[in-house]
Formats: sequence, C-alpha cells, structure tokens
Amino acid sequence: MYFTEQHELVRKLAGDFAEKELTKEILDQVEETETFPEEILGKMANAGFVGIKVPKEYGGQGADARSYVLVMEEIARVSGVASIYVSSPNSLSGGPFLLSGTEEQKKKYLTPVVRGEKKVCFALTEPGAGSDAGGMTTAAEKDGDDYILNGRKTFITMAPLADWAVVYAKTDRTKGTKGISAFVVDMKLPGVSCGKPENKMGVIGCATSDIILDNVRVSGEDMLGEEGKGFINAMKTLDTGRLGVAAQSIGVARGALDEAIRYAKERKQFGRRIADFQAISFMIADMATKLEAAKNMVYKAAYLMDTHQDASMAASMAKYYASEVCNEIAAKAVQIHGGYGFIKDYKVERMYRDCRVFTIYEGTSQVQQMVIAGKLLKK
Amino acid sequence: MKIIVCVKQVPDTNEVRIDPVKGTLIRDGVPSILNPDDGNALEAALQIKDADPDTEVAVLTMGPPQAAHMLRECLAMGADTAYLLSDRVFGGADTCATSTTLAAGIRKAGGADLIFAGRQAIDGDTAQVGPQVAQRLGISVVTYVQKSHLEKGKAVVQRQLEDGYEVIEVETPCLLTAVKELNSPRYMSVGGIVDACGKEITVWDHNAVGLDPSDCGLNASPTQVFRSFTPPPKGKGEMLGGNVQEMCSTLVSRLREKHYI
Repeated sequence: MYFTEQHELVRKLAGDFAEKELTKEILDQVEETETFPEEILGKMANAGFVGIKVPKEYGGQGADARSYVLVMEEIARVSGVASIYVSSPNSLSGGPFLLSGTEEQKKKYLTPVVRGEKKVCFALTEPGAGSDAGGMTTAAEKDGDDYILNGRKTFITMAPLADWAVVYAKTDRTKGTKGISAFVVDMKLPGVSCGKPENKMGVIGCATSDIILDNVRVSGEDMLGEEGKGFINAMKTLDTGRLGVAAQSIGVARGALDEAIRYAKERKQFGRRIADFQAISFMIADMATKLEAAKNMVYKAAYLMDTHQDASMAASMAKYYASEVCNEIAAKAVQIHGGYGFIKDYKVERMYRDCRVFTIYEGTSQVQQMVIAGKLLKK
Repeated sequence: MKIIVCVKQVPDTNEVRIDPVKGTLIRDGVPSILNPDDGNALEAALQIKDADPDTEVAVLTMGPPQAAHMLRECLAMGADTAYLLSDRVFGGADTCATSTTLAAGIRKAGGADLIFAGRQAIDGDTAQVGPQVAQRLGISVVTYVQKSHLEKGKAVVQRQLEDGYEVIEVETPCLLTAVKELNSPRYMSVGGIVDACGKEITVWDHNAVGLDPSDCGLNASPTQVFRSFTPPPKGKGEMLGGNVQEMCSTLVSRLREKHYI
C-alpha cells in the first residue's frame, strides 16, 4: 500500500545483503570483540545504506524515508548493532547538517560521512540532562571569533569511533533552551577526550562513551545553524531519528518471530511439536499480529514524511508502539525457546538484549507518550 | 565500447517443487530472480565499464512483462539501458526459438562489441542459448569463461574444463558465457535503484525486431518434452572424521568393502 517498485528493490537489496554478509560467524565475532568489521561497514557504504535520504549532490543516495525504513528493518532483522551503523549517519549524524548546515559544512562534513569515509556522533545527552535535554550545562563561551567549550556529554553512541561530534552547548545560560547552539567539534582537537566505552547490555559492537570537553577552542565557522537555534535543530533531528528506531524495532521483532516459529516447528516435547500446543501457537499468533500493526504504523509514518505531511505524531506513535511490542515479541521468542533461549548460541538471546534499549534511546516511551498526549490535548 | 548482456528471469529453484503427478514445476508463490550465472555475466560487463567509463552496458531479455522487474535490478547494479523482448508469440519458446529472438533483439539494438551471457539458466540447465545466439549472429563464442580480459580487437579468456582450464584468444565481436567462478556479482545500491526507477525499459514485440510469428515461440520450437520427472534423491552422504591419513585409510577401506577398488 505504501510502497513502489523502488521500495521493493531496496528491500530486496537490504535483505540479500543482511543474509549474505551478516553471517552468524561475523555476528558472534562482533559480540566477542565488541568491534564491528570495517570491511562490512565499507560494503554497507557501497550499497548506499549510510546516506539513504541525503541528496545525491552531497554524495547521498537521493532516496526517501520509506527506503530508509526498509533498509533499517532488513538489516535489524539480522543484526541490531549493524542497523545502528545505518541509522547513525542517516539520522542523528546526518540530520543536523541537512537541517542547519551551510553549503560548505554539508560538503565538508556530510559528504565524507555518507560516503562511509568518516563518522560523526550526536552529542546531546549529559549526565544530568537526559529526557530533559534543555537542562544541559555544557557551555560555549565566545572568545574573539572562536568559542571555548566546557562540559561533559554522556551515552554518546559511536563517540570513541567518531571523527567529529555535533555538540550542543549553551551559548547563553539565561535563555533556557533558546540559549543552546550546535557546534561541529573535531574529536582530535586539544581538550577533547572520550570516557571509557560503556559496558552495555546489548547492541554490542558499537562503542558508546562520554565525551569530555575541557577548554576546547572551536572556530565560529563550525557553529551549525544560527546561535540559539541548537535545541530546535536537536529536536527536529530526533523527530526523524524516531522513525529509525521504530524501523529497527520491527526488524528485530521480525527476526525474533522468525526464530520462534522455526524453533516451535522443530522442538518436540510430549511426543509432538511444541507448535502443536495451543499455549505456544497462540503466543505466536499474538506476536505476529502485534508485529503487523507495528509495521503498518512505521510504514505510514515514513509515507507521511515522504509526502510532506505532518508525521510528528505518527513517528512518535510508531516509535513508542514498535519498540514496546518488539520487547514483548523478543521476550516471548525467548520463552518459546525455553532454556535454550537463555543460551548465547541461540539468536533470540542476543535479540532480547539488543532491543531493550529501543524503548529508551532517542526519546523514551514515556517521552513519546508526552509528545502524543501533548499534541492531542493542546487543542 | 558497447556490451550487451543476455539475462533471464528464472524461478528461484531453491524454492521450486515439482508436481509429483503432472511432472511440471509448481511456480505458484515462487519468487523470480535474476539467473545466477547471468549475474556473473553482468558483473563482467560492469567491471569493464568501471575501468573504462565510456563503455555502455545494455541488458537484454526475452520474457513476460514482469521480467521488467529483473531488468530494473540490472539497471540498479549499473547497466545503462535495458531491452525487454515481450510478445505473446514469443511464448513457449525452446532454446532454438529463444536464440532467434534474442539475436534479432541484439541486431535491433545495433549490435555490440562484446556479448556476455550466463553459462546456463537454473530452470532449464541447457547451456544452449548463448552459443546459439552467437551462431545466429555469425560471431565466435567461448563458453564456460572463468576469467577474461580485453586487448585490442580481442578477448583473452580462460575457459573452464573439468580438470583445469584452457586459454583462448578470440576476436571481438564475440560472445562469452560466464561461470560463477568469473567474479562475484555486485549488490545494487540504493542510489542505483533510485536512478533505475527513473529509466525507461524499451519493450519490443516481434514486429519491432522484424521477426515473423512463424519464427518465434512455440511455432519455431522443435523440442518436444515427452516426460518430466523428479529424480530419486541421492542417499545421504557421510563425512569422514580424523586427520588426512585417517580419512584416507577409512576411505580406502570403505571403497574396498564395496569392491570399487
């Protein structure tokens, strides 16, 4: 209903890629070493997965939100962590440049990112400012043509791997969120350092750490967008980011459901397949039904974005519902696997851990509820 | 340089079953794919284009209108143009009639300096179409190509044999049929898909390529299928364990037991 031939081909490309490249051996190795092979990242860039919505003039693929959703879904179906390497350049890293970057900034920063040559991370969250991003304390003080940045960002996905960070900091402490500006910070600048990579529960293979800014001198040319418009830039970036997490959620949920169905048909207890027990088959029926509903919400949100309609509430609903049911589906998939679901040799163990963060990052479920309720009750 | 690649849309035989009563393929619900060897043929052409961007790569197929989807996939991999030979009268063609139609399509497209085809299609496994097209066009053919490069006015190719290969120099224009060892077909790219969806696919019927209906499809197909059947499955193989010497001695004793040696 929402897709054209172009989207069918994109799904086929991403599905074939995931099946062939993201093998069990590679994914086990990623979990073990906590690093993702650069070779596969290069192949993902060649297939155009890192700059899907970015216009061709900036080195992107010139496709749309539906194509992005399909790539995310197909990659996440096989590997949650691989899909982060797709979502990051497409939303959190690329978004701020697309929204507010000057022509020069787009060519300097966005182009190498969407070609897979460089990595950018999105540095908004702070130890004391999570859902309340406006409560940040990182400061940027003007010094001639430059700014001096001081502060600490936390839970920054890909920070230890990044070449640049988009850092949000207060240029005027008296104006609340209207005093926040965005800067592109070279991670090699004096005074920039990363904390120890966090020891995470899931999506292992994409390092997350703090970024510490200690008297970092940033050129005024590297301010992204106008002074005081950083918060709007961040919120708009997160708006598109929600769609990515929603797509990731339906991907992992599909993977978990596929595994549960396969296992239920193979496993025998009391002399018959466990799929023949109503307790198991009804669980699978519930999982499939909820997944179907989530998929349609995600596809609709993407369709609204592509047709330039207001997608903000649809994206929040899709992110909220898809991430919650993904957790439910993955939990049931583990349950169907019984003891084996608790063992790392089975894929559902990893899926269960990977999807736990989906209801948390890029706006918790509760923040999505705030957005949805806010829109409904505003009138 | 102009290269034409002959491709075919085939049912994914990994998912095809045979109707045990009628002996025909059950195609319902089976996805159609680009024939795997044709993917290698297209990749070979695209590699020539990578090295020399002036190269034009066209893909050509004969099939029903839905074969356009596969052609779109070839465009998304990097082909420049696509031709679809589609007409009711092409239906029911065996390899003989198919080759006549493809050769007519190649002539209509203005010929080529080099033609690639896959060794064979997974739904028929005949390996006849490539050589027959070359015969119709009066050009040389080398089959089972596992390695190739171009020199002035000729192609130098390795032709796969059961126990090795032979090196052949062949004047262009010529037709080469590709085996899977030739290369690994590239993926499409998202941007390539976007471009491919903006391109027209040229569709030709028998009139467009100047063929009489009596030369096409079932009318021009001397092949008669008497019976098709599912061969009985082979027995389960056995993997020998241990080091090389142990495996060798087990193998020798097993072969002796069966009086093969």
